[in-house]
Amino acid sequence: MPLLTVKNLTLGYEGRTVADGISFAVDSGDYLCIIGENGSGKTTLMRAVLRLNSPISGSIETGGGLKSTEIGYLPQQTEVQRDFPASVREIVLSGNAGHAGLRPFYSAAEKAAALSNMEKLGIAHLAKRCYRELSGGQQQRVLLARALCATRKLLLLDEPVSGLDPEAAAEMYDIIDRLNQEGITVIMISHDISAALKYATHILRIGSEIFFGSRNEYIKSRQFADFSAAYGSGEE
Amino acid sequence: MSELFSKIVLYFEYPFVRYAMIAGVLIALCSSLLGVTLVLKRFSFIGDGLSHVAFGAIAIAAVLGLTNEMLIVLPVTVLSAVLLLKTGRRTKIKGDAAVAMISVGALALGYLLMSVFSTSANVSGDVCSTLFGSSLILTLSKAEVAVSVVLSAVVTAVFMLFYNKIFAVTFDEDFARAGGVRAGAYNLLIAVVTAVVIVLAMNLVGSLLISALIIFPALSAMCIFKSFRPVIVFSAIISVVCAAAGILISILAATPVGATVVAADIAAFLICRIAGAAVRRQ
Repeated sequence: MPLLTVKNLTLGYEGRTVADGISFAVDSGDYLCIIGENGSGKTTLMRAVLRLNSPISGSIETGGGLKSTEIGYLPQQTEVQRDFPASVREIVLSGNAGHAGLRPFYSAAEKAAALSNMEKLGIAHLAKRCYRELSGGQQQRVLLARALCATRKLLLLDEPVSGLDPEAAAEMYDIIDRLNQEGITVIMISHDISAALKYATHILRIGSEIFFGSRNEYIKSRQFADFSAAYGSGEE
Repeated sequence: MSELFSKIVLYFEYPFVRYAMIAGVLIALCSSLLGVTLVLKRFSFIGDGLSHVAFGAIAIAAVLGLTNEMLIVLPVTVLSAVLLLKTGRRTKIKGDAAVAMISVGALALGYLLMSVFSTSANVSGDVCSTLFGSSLILTLSKAEVAVSVVLSAVVTAVFMLFYNKIFAVTFDEDFARAGGVRAGAYNLLIAVVTAVVIVLAMNLVGSLLISALIIFPALSAMCIFKSFRPVIVFSAIISVVCAAAGILISILAATPVGATVVAADIAAFLICRIAGAAVRRQ
């Protein structure tokens, strides 16, 4: 039973279709990269999986004991967050808000989980620092630690390295890869084909032509040949 | 100095001064708690918009000859708050434009109703005191103070109980929603509480100056503190101190209460701004 099964999905908003015919399945332990041009509906697809917006048609089912609220999400940063007065600890703790229900305060176990996730991502020493004063890479690690508080099973990452310098980006990829090795399933939106091919086990390409399959199948596929011809090998 | 002190003691023997002080401090506390969230959610102007809606509702109540205007003012304001905070994103009319539209519209229609239908001899005086809260707070009855106390206690309790959720929803609504937090319900809660606080605050500073009560303490605290909890606590302290100082000064110097409280908030903001800049330079 796959963790996530998406069948024949049509996505759009305000009555306009942005993507259709999307079908894929994600098994526990997979590392799926979603690629496609700007405006092809990558973020819309991710938001649909998170139940933040509803698809025009098609189905999204979770399985393998995964509840739809057990998905950790690393969204693209919003304008509000750039000048938000909050400490690293406050933000990481807020990853627990979903499973606290109506309980007003965080339990000792939730606080311990927040601390261990900060340690895992090497930001424990920043716990009291102000989020907006951190570097881009540190901010992404804070948001990733928050996502880990929400889930131990499935992470959805929306362009986790956008805006980072190459060094911070490489570090971020390493961290994500390590989490995947530890058994966390990863679905990542990426612009960076070379990173997608280096780390991912599966590739989903949406847009004018849709592809879903393993990394090796993608490399063999015609679309990749076309892409390589048009844009070079994708390596830098 | 002792002369001033004995003058204050003398004033506090009047119940209306004590009532004004109690209600003023509590309203300032509530508005500052909400202010931080509203400012961070980019809804600084919602106080302004809703207070004009409340003004329009007061005009309707006056025209209908209702003795207890709260019966109409509170529901109308709550409804408008819900509509405004709900429309937020992805609507044809953007959040700030919707607030501006409702704000100006309600103000104009309210004034129109008052001048066409009012039986009072001094329409502009009535309008002025509703807008600027000239001396309203000094005319509170015991029952009105009791209502302020109860509502303030409820607002503060709600805020403390849902503090963590309010933080999560304010910082990142999408993440909170994805994790199973009922963000819609908390937005609704924030809208309703905002409306209640604004209707309460109208007694203190009047319609026009409510925004000041909501945004100044929050902005002052954000100049100095960089995490959420200290910002909330400090903005509550600033707001309470400024309200108390403003009411005292207005009584001693015979200045309008609302404007004096806001002036105290502005002074506090300037001090915090300078202090914040000095700390950062070190």
